[in-house]
Amino acid sequence: MAVGLPENLFLTKLDAAANWARSNSMWPMPFATACCGIELMATAASRHDLARFGAEVMRFSPRQCDLLIVAGRVVMKMLPVLQRIWLQMPEPKWCISMGACACSGGVFDTYAVVQGVDRFIPVDMYVPGCPPRPEQLIAAVMEMQAKVRRTGTIMGTEFMARDTPMGPEPFESEERYRIQDANLVQLGGFSAAMTQAGLNRGAGKNG
Amino acid sequence: MVELSVLQQKFGAELTESSFRDNRRVDVPAAKLFDLLSSLKSDHGFDMLIDLTAVDYLEYEGATDRFGVLYMLLNVTSGERLIVRTAVNMPDPKLPTVYSLWRSCDWLEREVFDMFGIIFEGHPDFRRILMPEEFTSFPLRKDYPLKGRGERHNFPVITRAGS
Repeated sequence: MAVGLPENLFLTKLDAAANWARSNSMWPMPFATACCGIELMATAASRHDLARFGAEVMRFSPRQCDLLIVAGRVVMKMLPVLQRIWLQMPEPKWCISMGACACSGGVFDTYAVVQGVDRFIPVDMYVPGCPPRPEQLIAAVMEMQAKVRRTGTIMGTEFMARDTPMGPEPFESEERYRIQDANLVQLGGFSAAMTQAGLNRGAGKNG
Repeated sequence: MVELSVLQQKFGAELTESSFRDNRRVDVPAAKLFDLLSSLKSDHGFDMLIDLTAVDYLEYEGATDRFGVLYMLLNVTSGERLIVRTAVNMPDPKLPTVYSLWRSCDWLEREVFDMFGIIFEGHPDFRRILMPEEFTSFPLRKDYPLKGRGERHNFPVITRAGS
């Protein structure tokens, strides 16, 4: 040792030290709303054992967590809850969107289901699958750790640069046009015209 | 088994009966619904309301009314089941509540209101049960689009820098 450091001392960057600590003890907030939650439990259980990656401490208070795992579909009534939980988590924090429903709405393209949580909260990692295997979630956690080690800073300045929404717009053009069409029907213009043209099967009788 | 003729004597000949795969169904005009249900409970022993639901017959072939409301009854003693169906129409879909007969109709009537907008007059706690309070449509009506009118995405977007 050129500078004469004792053997049990390391020299490193503060960022790297923080990243080392943070990435190896991620405390997940399980936001499990559907079958992905079962896989999330299996991931934490003995066979797959998320503890091997330092992420076994599931906390049910967002104040004690730094990794939000959205496991399952999120409906319009649940989204404000999800957003509040995300805001309640202390910095630094990350988010894994687990499964097809959390990422894109999955097969549930209906009036109540949010078509991907990344429209409304920032997401770091997407896990495909319906539901994903525990191995896939473990891979995502490991990838998450790698991302923290790669980009993390002790003051969390890397988050400040992400000031634009990352997901698709809540109302993309296709959805906007669809809603416009739907509202035309609601106003009755479309329906009345169809009735006049004799195209509405039985509409006259049924009102 | 409760005979249709017995019910017809009491409630008039408008009552009709049909069946589908062992399910007996009695159709009754909305005006006589409460009296019929009340009599079925007190005189014929239908002491349990299994389910209460509705069907939107908009654009349904051969349908004459907009909504059908169905009461599925069970006589716990004899095991007999009966479905009572009535019809309501726009613009004023209203029925009397059966809360005084079967308490189990509490949430069922709220659900039918939530999904179809059918109003049950006299219900003690009448409000939406599944959809959020501020929701303005009735999503199981056939003239409501499957993907909604944009309610599902009407939320603020949180960015990473802003959270």
